[in-house]
Amino acid sequence: MRLRQKKIITAYTFLAIPLLFFIVVRFYPMVYSFWLSFTDWDLISPKKNFIGLLNYINIFKDEVFVKAIINTLKYVAFGVPAVIIVSLYLALVLNRIKKFQGFYRLLYVMPYITPLVAVSWVWKWMYQQPPIGFINNLLTILGLDSQPFLMSTSQALPSIVVTTVWVNLGYCVIIFLAGLQTIPQEYIEAAKIDGANRRQILWRITIPLLNPIIVFLAVTQSITFLRIFTQVYNMTDQGSGGPLNSTKPLVLYIYQKAFMSFDMGTAATATVILFGIIMIITLVQMIILNKNIEY
Amino acid sequence: MVKRDRLTTISAYVFLTIFAVLMVFPFIWMFSSSFKDSGEIYEFNLFPKYPTLYNYQYIFNYSLFPRWFLNSLLIAVVTTVSVLFFDSLIGYTLAKFDFPGRKLIFILILSTLMIPTEMLVIPWYIMVRNLHWMGTYWSIMFPGMISAFGIFLMKQFMSTIPNDLIDAARIDGVSEFGIFFKIVLPLVKPALATLAIFNFIGNWNAFLWPLIVTSSPKMYTLPVGVAYFSSENSMSWELIMTGAAVSTIPLIIFFLIFQKQIVKGITMSGLKG
Amino acid sequence: MKRFFVMLVLLAVILTSFAFAAKTKITYWQYFYETKKNTIDQLIKEFERQYPDIEVEHVTFPYANYNQKVASSIPAGVGPDVINLYYGWIPKYVTSGYLIPLPEDVFSKEYLQSQFFSFVSKGVEFNGKYYALPIAVRSLALFWNKKLFEKAGLDPEKPPTTLQELVEYAKKLTIYDKKGNIVQEGLTMQPSGQGHHWIREVLVREFGGVPYTSDARTVLYDKTGAGSDVLKFYTDLITVDRVGYPGFMNDDVTAFKAQKAAMTIDGSFRIGTLNKIKGLDWGVAELPSYLGVKSNFASFWANGITTNATKDPKKLEAAIKFIKFLSSPESMKLWLKNVGELPANPELAKQYFDDPVYGAFLRGLEYAHATFFVDESAQRQVMMDAVDKVVLKGIAPEIAWKEAAEEEQKVLDNFWSSVH
Repeated sequence: MRLRQKKIITAYTFLAIPLLFFIVVRFYPMVYSFWLSFTDWDLISPKKNFIGLLNYINIFKDEVFVKAIINTLKYVAFGVPAVIIVSLYLALVLNRIKKFQGFYRLLYVMPYITPLVAVSWVWKWMYQQPPIGFINNLLTILGLDSQPFLMSTSQALPSIVVTTVWVNLGYCVIIFLAGLQTIPQEYIEAAKIDGANRRQILWRITIPLLNPIIVFLAVTQSITFLRIFTQVYNMTDQGSGGPLNSTKPLVLYIYQKAFMSFDMGTAATATVILFGIIMIITLVQMIILNKNIEY
Repeated sequence: MVKRDRLTTISAYVFLTIFAVLMVFPFIWMFSSSFKDSGEIYEFNLFPKYPTLYNYQYIFNYSLFPRWFLNSLLIAVVTTVSVLFFDSLIGYTLAKFDFPGRKLIFILILSTLMIPTEMLVIPWYIMVRNLHWMGTYWSIMFPGMISAFGIFLMKQFMSTIPNDLIDAARIDGVSEFGIFFKIVLPLVKPALATLAIFNFIGNWNAFLWPLIVTSSPKMYTLPVGVAYFSSENSMSWELIMTGAAVSTIPLIIFFLIFQKQIVKGITMSGLKG
Repeated sequence: MKRFFVMLVLLAVILTSFAFAAKTKITYWQYFYETKKNTIDQLIKEFERQYPDIEVEHVTFPYANYNQKVASSIPAGVGPDVINLYYGWIPKYVTSGYLIPLPEDVFSKEYLQSQFFSFVSKGVEFNGKYYALPIAVRSLALFWNKKLFEKAGLDPEKPPTTLQELVEYAKKLTIYDKKGNIVQEGLTMQPSGQGHHWIREVLVREFGGVPYTSDARTVLYDKTGAGSDVLKFYTDLITVDRVGYPGFMNDDVTAFKAQKAAMTIDGSFRIGTLNKIKGLDWGVAELPSYLGVKSNFASFWANGITTNATKDPKKLEAAIKFIKFLSSPESMKLWLKNVGELPANPELAKQYFDDPVYGAFLRGLEYAHATFFVDESAQRQVMMDAVDKVVLKGIAPEIAWKEAAEEEQKVLDNFWSSVH
């Protein structure tokens, strides 16, 4: 009994500072953000007026916010399928070879650990217009028309998606490859003996067995794309999310509202909405994955 | 059959190599541009005709890059040390101590993983302002001193340590901290290494929070410095690429040394679900 | 473990601690611009020599988040004592409680009227009090690349003087590749740079309009003069004449520096930067006129005293001395030489009227207007968006211009409703 009490005391001694940390640096700020979203605080004035749900009503009347939400969903809708399909394909091909597997994997994952700011500027440099942009120069050499990329309202967002896919690809490849290597070889051998061809093996065995990993990656990548900021801030003119707000994601909207217009109430409201979206996606993941266990 | 297999193998290598070139090319172009002078920067030759180190000299002598480099290093090292210490201690406590509220605490800590940083930056910023932390390293580091994901990772690893080992030490009269440092930590070295590497990379690359909280250029971290340096209105692409290269080189070196742990760490993060 | 923990605490203590100085120390803030930063450093040295008991700490920030840093620092009491700000921000800074009026015993009405251009004293006045003083003022002019003129068969010593000539020259100076991509701009088109000023204060007035009412509360550019023809003229250069476009080589300055743009409209502050480029042979002329009407845009940055400085009478006194020192004719001369910004003192300015470089800017000052910005970045964004709408979205200039006026009116209303 004495030992048990001693252990409890030890445990709480060990946990005291970390618990304080989580309360002060995680939970309290979260609650504070909720509270701010019900005020009209502008950073400068000393008092915060409680205005109820007014921010939530007004924010949806803000064209720029609606645009930012649509853009954010576009990032997810373009980016997540692209990164998952390409990385799955790469992992399948990589899984087929025996030599240099590690080497290729290494090259693919390099962008993932590189500072995103550096990556953004390198791509911005490559996306430049003629006569200085590398990609456009390549297009010209190939006899194709040059493209406006970051300068156009229709191409800027996809261009940023390409950069982001490039960054996250290696991470997904590694995870898929690890998943593929856990698939028992007997399953595939057995299927082959039964006369299944490659495609059938892929669709009937490999992909169903990879399902939990696909869901996991779909969710983590969705959250990554939902929180996109650094690329847009660095790749668009003056960090504005332009041209004409065509690339502005939710987080850049929050940043501008909070730290350029000092409209803390509206910014906090937008963060709560972001939080809600992420919660929903995470819950969906939990539900799907729990189902899969019985699979 | 064998012949067909060989063909598919060759085409696999060809495909993978083409993709590898696509993945690596931006790095090559970045380094190539960083060795060009302002007269050659707008030409498309991969290898500079007149390679120069001038851009690097400029960056090290006439910009704050050396300072930013040290800032980033300091912040990444201090937060990583802190995360290693606290996360393993909490992970150990949660795995090996039975006490009321253990499950609740674990769930509470894990649930913070769902809170996006973006939701916290505004309150953090107000906190920093009110507590007069503006312009200190502490203001950049404090949110990252403990990581919930690390706790999860460490708890999983600590659970695999046999209880007998710990109890035996306790009977021998080793203090609780002694057990933690001398017996538990050496057993989870691989996990510690993974956590350290990821935390270091994460802090080295962090952008949003340092962008918000650093006020004077002297306090910038490398990513904020690169963004600031690059967006200054008279643009020199060769200098921007050199800045990008300077912020990338340490990570490439780091990566080449620790590649195994990095790949393992990513795998672990992916298979946790 | 203990040792480690103690070290961690120690480290934190060291990092957050301050060094105490015996002298009166004041902090001066401005945004980062290389030549400005270096010149201020030089001036501070001289100031500290004259007043050995005062120490000035000089801090610079990137332009993009300067205001954010000010807003986060002054209320927290850690910011500057003397601050360099755009004259257009004065109303906002005063209403936010950042600035205190300049003491009238030192900076009297007579002092301001005798030492500065009249648009300066108008620009720094708010609710009947003066809040800041400039070292220098600036205006716009047309820069041209003599080598590229020669290559295009134009007289390298004869820049265009009217808008018609400007268009004609720009067309001749633009070079395309086989695919029709611009590889050399005839004229830079960068609303995010100085382009929006050129549209707002120069083109609008040359086309017979007035941008705002004199109290700066109402947008007039859509209702006066040629209205949306101004935007049409500007965007036609991009879409019809194709002499340049926003973002060519990233921005106008880069393009002109790299000799890939033959003409650009830029401020006097660019002279220092351009002088440093080897092999760039450039000239500078007054802005082209239209139907005999000339206009120019003048602006300035000014130094004011923040509420921080009032906490300590010694600091306040040092701040007053510093501002007066910065606005002295000696400082202005050095500023002109190093930064290329024009003296704010009309007597001093006259001495440079025939200067081949500064002359064009100084003559421009005679008929220049200073926009009363309430939110410079928001108002700039309005102009940038108007151009983008026409160029990227194909929206008619009439509609884009009307929307711009409405947007900008919202910005103005928003500001004035918060000023009491």
